[in-house]
This record gives sequence, C-alpha cells and structure tokens, in this order.
Amino acid sequence: MTMKVSSRQVDGVTIVDCSGRITLGEGSVILRDTVRDILAKGNKKIVLNLQNVNYIDSSGIGELVSAFTTTKNQGGELKLLNLTKKVNDLLQITKLYTVFDVKDDEAAAVKSFK
Amino acid sequence: MAMTEQRVSYTLDSSLETIDNAEEKATIIATELGFPEDEVMQISMAVREGAVNAVLHGNAYAEDKKVMLTFERIGDDLIITIRDQGTGMDLNKIPNPLAPENLLKTSGRGIFLMRSFMDVVEIRPSKTGTELKLIKHVRGPSAGAKEASQ
Repeated sequence: MTMKVSSRQVDGVTIVDCSGRITLGEGSVILRDTVRDILAKGNKKIVLNLQNVNYIDSSGIGELVSAFTTTKNQGGELKLLNLTKKVNDLLQITKLYTVFDVKDDEAAAVKSFK
Repeated sequence: MAMTEQRVSYTLDSSLETIDNAEEKATIIATELGFPEDEVMQISMAVREGAVNAVLHGNAYAEDKKVMLTFERIGDDLIITIRDQGTGMDLNKIPNPLAPENLLKTSGRGIFLMRSFMDVVEIRPSKTGTELKLIKHVRGPSAGAKEASQ
C-alpha cells in the first residue's frame, strides 16, 4: 500500500492524516512535499497523524526527522499523533521518542501548541 | 517455494523495485519457516534495509550492477546474504545513530536497525562489492523442543 495523505485545519493547526507506508521512494517524497507545501502556505503548527501508517523504514524515519527539523528551522512546531505499535517501537529503538512530541489524543495535540 | 531445498537465490536489478521485492520474499520465507509475526516483521525490515544499502550505496542504482540475495536454512538458523557490486564501504565510518550529535540526522540508521532486529549481522566490504550476512535463530516450537531434549 502506497502512502496517502490528506490535510485539514483544526483551530489553526494543520493535521495531516497519513496512511500506508513511509518508505524510501514515493512514501518519503509525498511526506516531504506535503510538509513543504504546508510551511510554504505559512502554516507552522503541524500534526502528523500516523494512526494508519502500518510500516516505516529507516528512510521514512529520516523523513520524519527532516520534517521535524525543517518545521523547527522555520519557527514552527511539528508533532506526531496516534503512533501504531510498530512505529512507536521504532522511535523507541532509535531514541527519537525523546526528540518528537508524541500525542495520542487529537484535541490534546491541538491544544498543546503555544 | 525453493526453501524446501534449504537454499534459494535471486539476482536482482539495482532498482527501488528490488528493495520491495527483497522485503516481500523475506516476509514470505520467514512466515513459511514459522517465525512469529513480530520476528517476521523484523526479518523483512532488516532485509529491506540491507537491500536499500546494496541498491543505493553499493551499486548506486547502476543498471549494469546486480544485487544477489540468498536465503538459507541451516540447522536452526535462517541465513540471509545480500551482495552488491559496488566499491565497498569503510566500516569505521558507520555512525552511531544514538549519539546525541547524530539523533537528528536524516540517514545512517539502516545498519543499526539490522543489528537491532537480527541475531548476527556481518558486513564484509571489498573493492568489488559488499557482502552482508543476516542471521536469525529459529525459536519456534520445534527449536524449543530440541533445546529441551538436550
């Protein structure tokens, strides 16, 4: 299953609902382009909803890091929402769980932005 | 499935399709060998990362270079070998992705993930290519029974 994304606005926060696989190639490119477009429109509060992301490889992890740092470098914030066990385990193994702000409730995620 | 013969080999192009193909074959073979679901995922992900390294860093997508993928069942081990035809690599330059200065790097986690998921990871670089060997011990009911009887 390839990666699919759709974006929506909730109280000034852009929520990106992702599904499928974030892997080398199309999945990583779609995520990169999506975050780039959101930032280009001036939206700097971003939540990646990964509830339906069932697989991610090291390239996909790298793309999440890239999205995080790109957003931060532009004065914004990017948070992760609803990690599956597989993705959660990967972020724990790679110690990235300590880097990302990970939420499991959408309303709380939206409220958490400054 | 040729794994009934205990060994199966593939020669694959240096393409993105090869990476998905290698992952898919690993999933099928690990499942057939009776690995539990979480270990099947670990094996398939390790093979995917190995294939990524072979296609991208080893062969650099060169059309005239191939990736050789072999699955072997020897005793209680699943042994997976991935060879590329690149110019090798410097093992001393493999970064530690958990080091604070590397945490926010966007690459360099593939070998770390392989080592996290497999029981043995051996990398043998040479000027004519790199050979990666991944080993996972079968810990299914039959392996457990064998250990218990010893």
